[in-house]
Amino acid sequence: MIEFSLDSRSGVAPYLQLVQQVRQAMRLGLLHEGDRLPTVKDVVAALAINPNTVSKAYRELELEGLVAARQGVGTFVTRTLAGDSLAAHDPLRRKLVRWLAEARRAGLDEESIEALFAATFRATGSGAATEQDIA
Amino acid sequence: MMWLSWRQARAQTATLYAAVAACAAVLAVTGPRLPRSGAGIFDLLTPGDRRLYFTGLIVVAVAPALVGAFLGAPMVARELENGTHRLAWSQGVTRTRWLAVRLGLTALAAAAAVGVLTLAVTWWAAPLDGAASESRGSLPSRLTPVSFAMRGITPVAYTVFALVLGVAIGIVLRRSIAALALTLALFTFVQIAMPLWVRPHLIPPTTQVTTISEDTIDGIGYHDSDPVPTLEVRGPAGAWVLSDRTVDASGRAVPVPASFVDCDPGPPRPDQRVTEVRPRLETCLTQLSAAGYRQQLVYQPASRFWPLQWAETGVFLALSGLLAWFSFWRLRRV
Amino acid sequence: MTAVVSAQALGKRYRRRWALTDCTLEIPAGHVTGLVGPNGAGKTTLLNLAAGMLEPTTGTIEVCGGRPAAGPAQLAKVGYVAQDTPVYAGLSVQDHLTLGARLNPRWDAGLARARIAALGLDPAQKAGRLSGGQRAQLALTLGLAKRPELLILDEPVASLDPLARREFLQALMEAVAEDGFSVVLSSHLVADLERVCDHLLVLVDSRVRVAGDVEELLATHHRLTGPRRDPGSLPADQHVVSASSTDVQSTFVVRTDQPIHDPAWTVGRLTLEDVVLAYMSPGAAARPALEAVR
Repeated sequence: MIEFSLDSRSGVAPYLQLVQQVRQAMRLGLLHEGDRLPTVKDVVAALAINPNTVSKAYRELELEGLVAARQGVGTFVTRTLAGDSLAAHDPLRRKLVRWLAEARRAGLDEESIEALFAATFRATGSGAATEQDIA
Repeated sequence: MMWLSWRQARAQTATLYAAVAACAAVLAVTGPRLPRSGAGIFDLLTPGDRRLYFTGLIVVAVAPALVGAFLGAPMVARELENGTHRLAWSQGVTRTRWLAVRLGLTALAAAAAVGVLTLAVTWWAAPLDGAASESRGSLPSRLTPVSFAMRGITPVAYTVFALVLGVAIGIVLRRSIAALALTLALFTFVQIAMPLWVRPHLIPPTTQVTTISEDTIDGIGYHDSDPVPTLEVRGPAGAWVLSDRTVDASGRAVPVPASFVDCDPGPPRPDQRVTEVRPRLETCLTQLSAAGYRQQLVYQPASRFWPLQWAETGVFLALSGLLAWFSFWRLRRV
Repeated sequence: MTAVVSAQALGKRYRRRWALTDCTLEIPAGHVTGLVGPNGAGKTTLLNLAAGMLEPTTGTIEVCGGRPAAGPAQLAKVGYVAQDTPVYAGLSVQDHLTLGARLNPRWDAGLARARIAALGLDPAQKAGRLSGGQRAQLALTLGLAKRPELLILDEPVASLDPLARREFLQALMEAVAEDGFSVVLSSHLVADLERVCDHLLVLVDSRVRVAGDVEELLATHHRLTGPRRDPGSLPADQHVVSASSTDVQSTFVVRTDQPIHDPAWTVGRLTLEDVVLAYMSPGAAARPALEAVR
């Protein structure tokens, strides 16, 4: 069983925060196939949060095929996220380390690196990135 | 709703009934000791009896005012003051019904309490009231303003009126202390205004014109600065005399003429006996009568006690109805 | 969308002062709707009108399909926890429960008893001696146990300490999770409402400045920071909510359904409070109200 928390200063919609926390827990191997998520009422009681928000988060997870609700029993995890991508982590990290070293050599301090990363991440993450940009 | 009304008013209601019970107990103990015989009853009264008689009048006069101030005025005003009306009126009972039940039950309880109190006081004073109706005495008749509204059924109507008056003022002012003070002031004003301006006309008074003679004239009043005396006739037993005036031949009210003042021997000096003055006075009165002067008496006869009681009760119940209508109308706009 | 509260040109005047003028709005059913706005915006007056405590001076208001406080049936549908959560100081906790049971046709005595027990309140305790948090919980119990279709709460947590505030909202949300009734609650603090509300209505000077689902508001509002620019030069699909500029830099809060591509901007996320403040700021006053696109 996992425990949710909410950050009201993040600007991320509360339901998205719940979805992200479930995904994260699955990626990190904290939640496995067959595990039960807390009931809507439990989450509401723990966080003083709107029940519709929790239901919406669970519906979203269900749509993504990560969990399944069983009437009167609860919501259960149906997949394991960690397995597929875990293998790709290592080579990616090695490339990132190389890139960071290159950035430092170019004279970027930590804040500049962070700003550059965040800006690029946002620009590509929104689907705007094209092969041209990379080239 | 009945439960809530009772729960909220039980302390005041209990106090009211305890006070009534205490009064009734005092009256029950002292009542049987009063002399019962009609003749010379006032000579047999002790100062304590007289004090009790007047205390009884004051208690019955004040009781409706207290009901209005302490049960009526805070009924809605305190809710508005504390904001609890928002709790009361958001339950499944309309505020019209809320007020109807609270006002109705309190009116019943207060009317019953004051009714019992009045009954006890009336019973206690019955020998004195009866004597006053038959013979002249030192205590006023029960038809006079001194005791009329503290006997019979009017105190009950006064109580209902005072209660509704308090409620209406409370709704308008929304402050219980201010409403309490204004209720007391207005009610006292009504208590004074009623015998002065309204009660004499509830039933058209009887007018009686009497020939002026030694037999009919009961007294001659001399006033300090005024050389002209006033004549007084003997009214019917137990009547409430509204005016006692000298009128001339055309029926206009006039002062006693100068001719009488010249003729009049004046009040007997300490060294004179009444019998020495009387023959001369008799002549003066006969002259006055011959000149066409009469004495006009306007009064409510003793037999009108109950008709007047009913009329006054009707007036106050009608006023209560109007105020209650206003309260319900105003409550929807609070 | 079915509306649980709908007001048309609603106005309320106290003697000479207008507390609410020409207010037109709809509050959807099945949501926990937060009503925020500065003091004096007319929130309390609006809620008092909805609860039937006041009669409108102009316009109409319909709540759960009926005129507020029109009769016992209408009163039974709407629960109201008024500002400062009034209770009868001289009556005990148990007296309040009896009051609720006697005055409400659909009273749930079991729920009321269970809540009082869970709160650890002594039924014999006089309500006047309860703490602010306990008093608020008692008022909430009265509102919940009458089993309303709509529960209206006016600044219920304003006077409570943070712990009592949290406990109150927890209790409210648990009840909503269980029974699914609609809730309208007002606050001048967005932070109180952020978690519990899924719908938000910002009221400024009797007007709805913005209304919409909380998630949608968060997803469609962005803070753009970049070199100084005229607000008019932004793309047509970006509605400027508030704007501020220095001689070299401009900061805009914009509302748009489209992604923002312009590389000149640093795009920042906004918290709900930021969004509400942007709409409440004087610079936002000139623009007409925006209904959330649904």
